[in-house]
Amino acid sequence: MEMTGEYRIEASRQKVWDALNDPEILKQSIPGCEEIERISDTELAAKVVAKVGPVKAKFSGQVTISDLDPPNSYRISGEGKGGAAGFAKGGANISLKSDGEATILSYEVDATVGGKLAQLGARLIDGTAKKMAGDFFKNFAEVVTEDADLYSAEKLNEVDTNEINHGINTSTRSKISISSWIIGLILAAAVILAIIVY
Amino acid sequence: MTETNIGAPVKRVEDKRFLTGRGRYTDDLNQPNQLYASILRSPHAHANLKKVDVSQAKAAPGVIDIFTGSDMAADEVGSLPCGWQIHSKDGSPMNEPGHPPMAVSKVRHVGDQVAIVIAETKSQARDAMEQIAVDYEVLPAAVNMDEALSGKALVHDDVPNNMCFDWEIGDKEATENSFSDAHKVVSIELINNRLIPNAMEPRAAVAQFDPSSGNYTLHTTTQNPHVIRLLMGAFVLQIPEHKLRIISHDVGGGFGSKIFHYAEEAILTWASAKVSQPIKWTAERSESFVTDAHGRDHETKADLALDKDGKFLGLRVSTKANIGAYLSTFGSSVPTYLYGTLLAGVYKTPAIYCEVKTVFTNTVPVDAYRGAGRPECTYLLERLVDKAAKETGIDPVEIRRINMIQPDQFPYQTPVALQYDVGDYPKAFETALKASDYEGFSSRREKSEGNGKKRGIGISTYIEACGIAPSAVAGALGARAGLYESAQVRVHPTGSVTLYTGTHNHGQGHETTFAQIVSDTLGIAFDQVEVSHGDTGEVQFGMGTYGSRSLAVGGPAVLKACNKIIDKAKKIAAHILEASEADIDFKDGVFSVSGTDRELAFGEVSLAAYVPHNYPIEELEPGLDENAFYDPLNFSFPAGCHICEVEIDPETGEVEVTDFTAVDDIGRVINPMIVEGQVQGGVAQGIGQALMEGCVYDKEGQLLTGSYMDYTMPRADNLPNLNVSTESVLGASNPLEVKGVGEVGSIGAPPAVINAILDALSSLGVEDISMPASPSKVWQAIHNA
Repeated sequence: MEMTGEYRIEASRQKVWDALNDPEILKQSIPGCEEIERISDTELAAKVVAKVGPVKAKFSGQVTISDLDPPNSYRISGEGKGGAAGFAKGGANISLKSDGEATILSYEVDATVGGKLAQLGARLIDGTAKKMAGDFFKNFAEVVTEDADLYSAEKLNEVDTNEINHGINTSTRSKISISSWIIGLILAAAVILAIIVY
Repeated sequence: MTETNIGAPVKRVEDKRFLTGRGRYTDDLNQPNQLYASILRSPHAHANLKKVDVSQAKAAPGVIDIFTGSDMAADEVGSLPCGWQIHSKDGSPMNEPGHPPMAVSKVRHVGDQVAIVIAETKSQARDAMEQIAVDYEVLPAAVNMDEALSGKALVHDDVPNNMCFDWEIGDKEATENSFSDAHKVVSIELINNRLIPNAMEPRAAVAQFDPSSGNYTLHTTTQNPHVIRLLMGAFVLQIPEHKLRIISHDVGGGFGSKIFHYAEEAILTWASAKVSQPIKWTAERSESFVTDAHGRDHETKADLALDKDGKFLGLRVSTKANIGAYLSTFGSSVPTYLYGTLLAGVYKTPAIYCEVKTVFTNTVPVDAYRGAGRPECTYLLERLVDKAAKETGIDPVEIRRINMIQPDQFPYQTPVALQYDVGDYPKAFETALKASDYEGFSSRREKSEGNGKKRGIGISTYIEACGIAPSAVAGALGARAGLYESAQVRVHPTGSVTLYTGTHNHGQGHETTFAQIVSDTLGIAFDQVEVSHGDTGEVQFGMGTYGSRSLAVGGPAVLKACNKIIDKAKKIAAHILEASEADIDFKDGVFSVSGTDRELAFGEVSLAAYVPHNYPIEELEPGLDENAFYDPLNFSFPAGCHICEVEIDPETGEVEVTDFTAVDDIGRVINPMIVEGQVQGGVAQGIGQALMEGCVYDKEGQLLTGSYMDYTMPRADNLPNLNVSTESVLGASNPLEVKGVGEVGSIGAPPAVINAILDALSSLGVEDISMPASPSKVWQAIHNA
């Protein structure tokens, strides 16, 4: 699965970078994220639970950051294990560019799924991952702005390039040196697939 | 009684229970205190198993216990055995790496067993399975055969270049010489697509251990219960046969995929003793896709040498066969003795040489699937013959006529070991041409052209070898089992009969056809015969059902046991009728003294055997119950001709099979209705392989065609009305004069379909297409031509 996209965020590049590096914001933004734990400067572990009706699946994932160039770009790669449902792994190149007062975040994602996820869900991964990316940014925007004026997730899904028109007004929380929002894409896509296959 | 005798289209007696939901399938069975198992499977094609942490899962609600490969290894559970040893060209035996029922240090394909969870309910077992934490160290996978042969990734560390064996058959030198004398050489490269069997009933097992007696009972979905008892008891779990009972009542389709001894059978049987409670496991459909042995998967290059008149001089074949991650029970025999030995087909090719490299890959094991080796052989041969026709400018019908073995040439010794006993190939061929109105094709093509469609007609002849016997020959070729069959005819006091057969009925209709044989031979009413199969506790012994062997090998055993009954009954009748045994005639169930009106009915004799008041007790034991084992003199050789007509929409690439004619020589027909059904089913599977079915792995060894969203099975609306008939020459290698019919459809159909497609598209310049010829592939071929 390959996916690319751009988001325009009404905040400075530094502010967006900082927000993306805030594990608390990430935890609230990643759909179903239960915990994010920092293992080292370049490694994070996360647990994501998804519940739909009676079905619940927990994915545990590990993410590694490389090619770090703050506040411009990095490479992030990770793996989510879904137990009997299989696994999802992949990576993304993330870059932030200033556009006047705002920031353009672009990403290129490549991901593969294995086991039952691949067997049953390979053809669904693209759409699901796009949906999850949309959900992530919706949550992200909600969390980082007090005065949300949001586009719906559905709208975000329709095109690869989206704009989020509100400022990011928080940068006071504790920071770690890595970002891992992409884990949301990967794990959440895997979780959704697990739900579909069950 | 003639309406139920041999040759009559008796309706299948077993259908009543199948159609009214009264079948006894393994998953229908429940035992008191039964537990349920879920099996954790590898999501990786190739990985070291570093740690399997079951501690959290063991504490989950309802969990009784969880076992891993290490637990089985600690109990010294053996490796799943392979039933056929092949030797390479250089004389060395095949590489036979271990196949633990659950992975110990390494997983080798997606779906490989990692742990078994046993819980009080099915959902508890599944929920707990989610909580097992496995630490995999992912390794590069060997997925396609070329990659595997490069040896970069080793499926088994002790098998260099992943080569299981490098086998050959035929006279290499004579074949090379035939090419130097050739007027023309025609070459072909093709792939026989990998198939996933998809029996309607997924595999299932219920294992039970009785701690008071030490006896094990395993209900399992197998085509050959005694073979499973032998393999699992002797090689895997070290349980002696008298302590192990295998029961396989009704089985919802096998097609070969339920021949093999599968890991789950051993895991469940072993675990049932560990927990001292019965355990049930039923495969989910998605488990079937990644654990039932797959079929076919050959890559072949071949050359045919011809003289100036179009006569075949020599055939040279080089095949790579994918055997998957492990050697399945008969995996090694399929691309060798069930493939290379049939390469003469129905033709007089004087020199043939075939070499087969069999390769381990990180995919599901590959083994026999309806036809097993013979569809691969026939597809190669008939595609090549059509190509030769095209390149020499000789009509495809004519080139076959020129080269066909003639009826006066039998027994015919082929250059690849087999000796065909009897046949009349031109007869079936000419009958098929007439039945398909081959002559009238051009007018049908014109009509199609008028509708903007491309129409084509394709021919395939085939030969197949059924029975995989005599045992001595099979043994000399590497089989680790005898391939005879047994039958027991138990006549009850009032003259009704229970027949115990060592073959297994999983859709073939034995309960009807075998009852026809017994009722006809003993002259008793058809409804006085019951056929029992599938239980090692009831049936004396048997090798099961596969390779179209049931009638060809099991049928004569039934006949032999019936004849023993008649022999003994004649002695009893002679005593009662006060005549000499030589004067007793037996006809239509009546024993009579020759030339007199003194006679006894079958039931009177059987009653005398069980109530021996007036009985030759000094010479004869009471009772009327006879056993017979039968080992045939040769394989039997069904043959025939299939002709397919297709219409293709060049705008969409969609192929419609408009007509299909099958004329098969299958020897004596016991029940023509069942024969027609067998051919129809086989042809449907053959059309499925040609047009729809194809297993696809990605480069990491993930199965992409792992559900019915991506793996297409043929349906009724994909098929035309099939024009099926027989043109039989009675079999010469067994006393029933039968040959075998189970696989002919899937053998003959695929090349007929593809030859028809290539005929339809030849005016557009399309010269090759691979199976499955899906609409997108056909469309691409048209646009790339």
